Amino acid sequence: MEVDKNFAVQMRGITKRFGTNTALDDVDLNVKRGSIHAILGENGAGKTTLMNILYGLYQPDEGEIYLSGEKINMKNPNVAIAHGIGMVHQHFMLVDNFTVTQNIILGHEPVKAGGILDMKKATADVKHLVEKYGLDVSPDALISDISVGMQQRVEILKAIYRGADILILDEPTAVLTPQEIGELMAIMQRLVKDGKTIIIITHKLKEILASSDFCTIIRRGKLIKTVPLINVKENELADMMVGHAVKLHVDKEKADPKEEIFVMEDVCAKDSRGLPALNNLNLHLKKGEIYGLAGVDGNGQKELVEVITNLRKTDSGKIVMNGEEIQNTTTRNTMNHKISTIHEDREKRGLVPDFTVEENVVLDTFMKEPYSEHGILKFKPIAEETEKLIGEYDIRPENCGELAIRGLSGGNQQKVIIAREIANNPDLLIAVQPTRGLDVGAIATVHKTLVNERDKGKAVLLISLELDEVMSVADRIGVIYNGHIQGEFMQGDVDEKTIGLLMAGGSIE
Amino acid sequence: MTRVINTLKKPVTGTLIAILMGFIVAGFILSFAGYNPFDAFHALITGIIGRPKYLANIIVKATPLILTGVSVAFAYKMGLFNIGAEGQYIIGALAANLVGIFVHLPLLIEIPLVLLAGMAAGALYGGLVGWLKARFKIHEVISGIMFNWIALYFSNWVINLDIIHKANTSGAYPIDQAGWTTLFPNWKSTEAAAHFMTEHPYLGDILRTDFNVGFIFAIVCAILISYVLYRTTKGYQLRAVGDNTDAAEFAGIDVKKNIVQTMLIAGGLAGLAGGLSIAGNAPHAVMQLAAFEGNGLNGLSVAFIADGSPIGCIFSGLLFGGLLYAGQSIQYMIGAPSEIINILIGTIVFLVALKDIVVVFANRLEAKQILKNKHKDHPDTPAPGAPADLNAAGMKGETGAC
Repeated sequence: MEVDKNFAVQMRGITKRFGTNTALDDVDLNVKRGSIHAILGENGAGKTTLMNILYGLYQPDEGEIYLSGEKINMKNPNVAIAHGIGMVHQHFMLVDNFTVTQNIILGHEPVKAGGILDMKKATADVKHLVEKYGLDVSPDALISDISVGMQQRVEILKAIYRGADILILDEPTAVLTPQEIGELMAIMQRLVKDGKTIIIITHKLKEILASSDFCTIIRRGKLIKTVPLINVKENELADMMVGHAVKLHVDKEKADPKEEIFVMEDVCAKDSRGLPALNNLNLHLKKGEIYGLAGVDGNGQKELVEVITNLRKTDSGKIVMNGEEIQNTTTRNTMNHKISTIHEDREKRGLVPDFTVEENVVLDTFMKEPYSEHGILKFKPIAEETEKLIGEYDIRPENCGELAIRGLSGGNQQKVIIAREIANNPDLLIAVQPTRGLDVGAIATVHKTLVNERDKGKAVLLISLELDEVMSVADRIGVIYNGHIQGEFMQGDVDEKTIGLLMAGGSIE
Repeated sequence: MTRVINTLKKPVTGTLIAILMGFIVAGFILSFAGYNPFDAFHALITGIIGRPKYLANIIVKATPLILTGVSVAFAYKMGLFNIGAEGQYIIGALAANLVGIFVHLPLLIEIPLVLLAGMAAGALYGGLVGWLKARFKIHEVISGIMFNWIALYFSNWVINLDIIHKANTSGAYPIDQAGWTTLFPNWKSTEAAAHFMTEHPYLGDILRTDFNVGFIFAIVCAILISYVLYRTTKGYQLRAVGDNTDAAEFAGIDVKKNIVQTMLIAGGLAGLAGGLSIAGNAPHAVMQLAAFEGNGLNGLSVAFIADGSPIGCIFSGLLFGGLLYAGQSIQYMIGAPSEIINILIGTIVFLVALKDIVVVFANRLEAKQILKNKHKDHPDTPAPGAPADLNAAGMKGETGAC
């Protein structure tokens, strides 16, 4: 490989080991200045590790890094920042009760004589950047008051404010609504036009094709190929990423819905700020059917799940499972009514990170036989159940039962959660963003699992921000807007446009 | 080599290295202050194992520390910082003392009653902190510290009441002798005992101290709590809450109830420590306190050095008791201030906080070793840093295509 000044970033022969595990094996990366360069790979392929090395968070065991042809010893993130590299992590690093401006200048505060903070200049600087790149955030808003999409823009602004020419975005779209994704792409284009270079880590093929100029594919820590994104098909990228052909559509028979099992009648509830979140919401779920709930984030999906799982009280209305009202009781009561939930936020709600995989597997059932008797845990049945699930769901690494679950990759953690919730043998399975952050192969498995549950005669409620997912998996589709079901359709009776219109609060009359 | 790496990775290795480093740092400080560190450590070791009496006293000193350490470690597994162990200890001692003064029953009932009183009082006192946290979200450190002071002054007030205060002393009446857990308290004051003790100098040395059965209680509690934490559903729940409250809540675990229960148990352990001190140690009564004795506060350090392991608290409690007791001998044997012991303890606690460095070091060693083996096995693979120009050629072609 030649060192070339035209490449904003060149990484050469990067190898990184964690203990005995080789995360990256002799990977090269060449990013042209002024381009958008996607890094594509399955969960745990090593994308983020590679970027963390570029950002100085990890030291490579072998290999070199060149920026514009100059060899750089990326000892720590300060070196990276000094060389104009900015990274927006998947999990934002913002101070919630600071304003946008305060967050952006944190650590690089402009000062007047005598070391006094020059807030006026800071606000003006931030405003200038906001306008220049059309970022549409209010500099004086508190972080806790703005949406996730806006928080991401604040992270981008933070990097630019620190003089970043090369922006690394780690899974930037994972948390965004379809609308916000479009806006992010426009922002990326504007940044590139201004001479910035963007490296985007993702496993969403559509977004890569829509936004990027080049794509480097990494599989199991090895470089597969770097391709310019002209005349490349989605499924070609998918093949390169997973190494075997993957179907993007969901294989399923026509649904055979049975009787109603779960009903929500005129349910009203408030969100954590005390504002109305659910407004006379009605929902009827049937056995043997997947009900897909589409909608833009923040339209009551979170509160809907919380009232069902009794983490939030309702103000009025009824929630009936199998003929019994369950609203305003306890979370355990919801579970006892055979409702299992795959929560969207696996780190927050789904897992106990320091617990072993085994301990996480029995998180809902540890107090029941055979996992415990008279308050004493029985480790043998727990281990057997775990081993069974590891096999069934292909959770990797094998024999991970006694490892702390935080050591597993995100996709495998998600598999543990899904396996656990389905093993509870629920009558109603609620899956909230079940494929968030998963790669194509894992997504297909999850979808197949949902369809299997349906075919076993279970009711499935799929809540997703990804319209594609709802449209292809659900048998019946509802659109939630402003805490209310805006419309319901059978699969095939409706196109994306109509749903999109309803999601945005329009009506179809 | 692999064995060295695996040994280094064990958590206990880091702690032991931290303790060793603590001694080295303390040694430097001693020599800086003009004392010979070897003399000082010799004095320290003599103060620990020089006579059976010393060992007995150290065990006596360590007993409450182990229990308050286990109390802190237990609460910490749930993410609660039981700084209130000091107050729970004081209240436990007070309750044990009161029961022992006013209830006169045979030994087999009196002892359990005295200890249970201490345990129950400590449990209620700790449970109150837990309830305030669960009900009003008052942080347990704030309420714990305030409750410590309340306990201190409440105890001082109670023991000065006329029916409780023993004239011409600075404390309460001692408890009924039936409640003593000291070995053979009645026999000890007899002529035969004096004779026996001169005949058997070693045993006699021990019998002359406050050596009592409390230590057994401490060990049993540490093992029991360890069992509860790792083998029971109760322990499972509170570890889940401690590690990820949101996930525990979502899995249907009642977080508030667990907070109160955990603090009840933690308080009970600290209270039992107080009760055992009254039952086991002369003068078997609560004394007027000008400041905290540190039995609860030192429990924080004990739990910390033990890395939150209840079983580990047995060893760190003994270490702590040993250092505190034998620290005095540094003073009277070589004249160095006994504060050097506090510096030593502080340094150890500080270094224990840094002990993960050892694991980082072990990982580096391991990586190096793997690399070495790899090159041995495949001598023809290029050494690190060799150019890999295959992909660069491809890349250039592709760039041209745009």
